[in-house]
Amino acid sequence: MMTIREYKRAESLEEAWQLNQKKPNRILGGMIWLKMETINVGTAIDLSGLGLDTIEETEDSFSIGAMVTLRQLEQHPGLAAYTHGAMREAVRHIVGVQLRNLATVGGSIYSRFGFSDVLTMFLAMDCDVELYKGGILPLQEYAQRPYDRDILVRLIVKKTPMQLYYQSVRNSQTDIPVLTCAAARMETGDYRIVIGARPLCAVRFELPAEPALAAEQLAAQFAESVKAQVITGSNMRGSAEYRRHLAGVLTKRAVLELEQRKMQEEK
Amino acid sequence: MQITLTLNDVRVSEEIAPDMLLIDFVRAHGCKSVKRGCETSNCGLCTVFMDDKPVLSCSVLAARADGHKITTLEGLQEEAAEFGAFIADQGAEQCGFCNPGFIMNALALFREQPYPTEEQVKEYLAGNLCRCSGYEGQLRGIMSFLAWKKQKEGVQ
Repeated sequence: MMTIREYKRAESLEEAWQLNQKKPNRILGGMIWLKMETINVGTAIDLSGLGLDTIEETEDSFSIGAMVTLRQLEQHPGLAAYTHGAMREAVRHIVGVQLRNLATVGGSIYSRFGFSDVLTMFLAMDCDVELYKGGILPLQEYAQRPYDRDILVRLIVKKTPMQLYYQSVRNSQTDIPVLTCAAARMETGDYRIVIGARPLCAVRFELPAEPALAAEQLAAQFAESVKAQVITGSNMRGSAEYRRHLAGVLTKRAVLELEQRKMQEEK
Repeated sequence: MQITLTLNDVRVSEEIAPDMLLIDFVRAHGCKSVKRGCETSNCGLCTVFMDDKPVLSCSVLAARADGHKITTLEGLQEEAAEFGAFIADQGAEQCGFCNPGFIMNALALFREQPYPTEEQVKEYLAGNLCRCSGYEGQLRGIMSFLAWKKQKEGVQ
């Protein structure tokens, strides 16, 4: 059970940061997981009054505030267009609309949950994290860092030309995924495959272009490569072996889809 | 701590504990349609509207609702009764425990998409669990309601 001694709606990031330096204090995201912990929180720090709940789109990037909800990601037309619907696909299976109206981008990314669809998706994009004191760093680097007491302010997604595709496997419709897979095809033909819910934290593989190979061969080769490299584990949702197999299947499907999309564009 | 919010169009000010959940706050104010189910943010029984968006009141601090507009089924009687009759006609509920949360989320769907397809209905209501039925009765009720609404509003 979670208890909270004090609640503070922060009036500035500096105030939130100062409060967050004390060990018993916690930043509130969507509170979905926090409230299920057995924890005595000193001061619960709420960032909801700091205007971090908007997605700003410019010509070359998206700036996504930490308090943006997963439902906002799902419904944003600019993100839908840029990701070819992959962003919506990444979040639409997460429990229900009511939960997605609460769960935040900041909570999902800060927590770096192994099962996170959100982290898997953003790792496939050219995405940076802005920390209040730590500045801007690549999400790829942030995902591997230990937890600290800085504040995640926003995500910055650069509109690098790429084609994106997202898939997940679930035992039932709204369950935590057995495996997630986000794929990005760069204009050069290079691929970026992200595998999450291994059940470890999502991991990214960079696969250089193979222009001599046909789509089927390319998909089979990349699938074998990801299967050979990915480290998987077992839990109640699936065994390590099953997950490794799925990683290959999802990679193959993603490459075939993106190669087909490229061919259609060229017609 | 002191909070002030609008609950079903009535302004309410009260001294609360910082860790009080919104579900406990609204139930303490007589909104007993809001049910405590899984408490793991999965079942949808505790659905309320916060500024007209459906949320799980078991996962929101009452303190966070300070300054916001909260609506429960008690505040949507007319809208809910019209739709609920179609659910009842199909015998879609057995114990009825999931029904308030289910109706709240269905109303949220109709506000967002007035005439959703069956697939859109299934996707939107995926966060509302019913342990008695297989959802078929509810789905029939929704589709009948939408057909009636289309006819009433002269939509093709």
